[in-house]
Amino acid sequence: MTRRPAWPRKAMDAAVKVVSALAAALGLGFLAWILFVVLRHGAAALNWTFLTSLPSAPGSSGGGLGNAIVGTALMTLLACALGVPVGLLAGVYLAEYGRGTRFATTVRFLANVMMGIPSIIIGLFVYAILVLPTGHFSGWAGGVALALLVLPVVARTTEDMLAMVPNALRESALALGSPHWRATVQILFRACRAGLLTGVLLAVARVSGETAPLLFTALNSPYWPRSLDGPTANLTVTIFNYAMSPYPAWQQAAWGASFIIAIGVLALTVVTRTLARERK
Amino acid sequence: MTSTPPPDVAPPRPAVPETADGTRGPAAAAEQTKISVRNLNFYYGEQQALHDNSLDVPAGSVTAIIGPSGCGKSTHIRVYNRIFELYRDQRATGEVWLDGENVLAPGVDVIELRRRVGMIFQKPTPFPLTVYENLAYGLRLHYRVKGSELDDRVEQALRAAALWDEVKDKLHRSGSALSGGQQQRLCIARAIAVEPEVLLMDEPTSAIDPVATSRIEELVVQLKERYTIVIVTHNMQQAARLSDFTGFFFQGRIIEFGTTTELFTNPKQKQTEDYITGRFG
Repeated sequence: MTRRPAWPRKAMDAAVKVVSALAAALGLGFLAWILFVVLRHGAAALNWTFLTSLPSAPGSSGGGLGNAIVGTALMTLLACALGVPVGLLAGVYLAEYGRGTRFATTVRFLANVMMGIPSIIIGLFVYAILVLPTGHFSGWAGGVALALLVLPVVARTTEDMLAMVPNALRESALALGSPHWRATVQILFRACRAGLLTGVLLAVARVSGETAPLLFTALNSPYWPRSLDGPTANLTVTIFNYAMSPYPAWQQAAWGASFIIAIGVLALTVVTRTLARERK
Repeated sequence: MTSTPPPDVAPPRPAVPETADGTRGPAAAAEQTKISVRNLNFYYGEQQALHDNSLDVPAGSVTAIIGPSGCGKSTHIRVYNRIFELYRDQRATGEVWLDGENVLAPGVDVIELRRRVGMIFQKPTPFPLTVYENLAYGLRLHYRVKGSELDDRVEQALRAAALWDEVKDKLHRSGSALSGGQQQRLCIARAIAVEPEVLLMDEPTSAIDPVATSRIEELVVQLKERYTIVIVTHNMQQAARLSDFTGFFFQGRIIEFGTTTELFTNPKQKQTEDYITGRFG
């Protein structure tokens, strides 16, 4: 019996190391590239007027996207107000009360399916149940469509985070005579709050960049959103419309809007990470 | 809780007969039964883990449960406070009488049961809260208490768990910043803060270093003045040191139960003898 030589093993190891490092660099490279392009084009569009005033008429320069910023913020808030509480509670059910029941298994499966549904279909669904019956586009419909995207993400992350809390902690809270809800809210949530917060903020980051669900629901508007009863301005549909317009000023504005969303999501992510780290 | 137990299993049964004037002899308090287990069977799904367990835990004493790994020691005491019910596939049949009330009967207030029967786990499980809040949590669950009264109750419990001097300056720091042994004493303080009658300890020192272990053992001896303690341990020396009564479990059955002295010096069963002399397990 002869010994295997060492060099093929070492060569293979080195090769895998190099290839995987390249793959990592490639992925990261594209991310950096995207950010670079958006920031370079977008930064040129940014100024105080851009952030605070209404859009200019087609073909003319100046103006801004203040209404779209406010509209996106309002609809994202609405989506969170509707989606986060329901998602949290659903996640609590899946992880705490419904463990091992057929109902929970079904709900979990549906939540997974719901996360996979293309967002344009969510948009069409809300169009059918809210826009058609009321006869007009509205910010409410937009918020509801976004909430439907938030819901399964928050439900599943809540479940996963609670499932990661050791059973010993759950048992010791219950063994002290704690009702299950109180153990969940006061002990388990606290044990995984960084994870819960990350889940919620990731969901927010995701929906704040969604276009398709808003196309058939909130549509867009050149005016300030006075209420959510009518078509509501928002950044993503604005990007969609402006980028495809023939006017250089609007194309420029589309880059500006992209910049705002990219920076917003980036900031949200950084804040999440920092909070998650600090509170540990 | 529920109806009176049938006469043949009617705990608490004073082991010492009453004297003529109706009072019990001096030893009676220590000999009274706190928990009576009758024909307890336990199932994990289809698999039966406990077979027909019956035993009497005397009040105001330390009862040790020993046996090789997987013999059902922990499973057995996890029935006393019904904590097993957290898991859907786990099921118990039989009776566990606590002061004459069957805790397994439907309609038992599980919250109150768990206040009366506290539990300490293998690994210390401080809540992700401050030292103070770890204790205040349980107190607020069961009592209307706040302000300086709450402070007092927290201090009392920490003193009773021999932890006060070490943590009095860090009451508002995270409980998980304490050492392992301190964390376990914090869990004991948390359990006794709600004034239980029974303390169940599920291998409380198996994750703790030897010095901290001896502190916890000292504490257990002190605590038996006020509480009935049932301690599961895989450490026979610990059982011999701490307990007044010992039950030997094997393959889900109670092979032998008696005073610790008797069981360790004069075991009646061959299996008990083999185990305590280190022939298996």
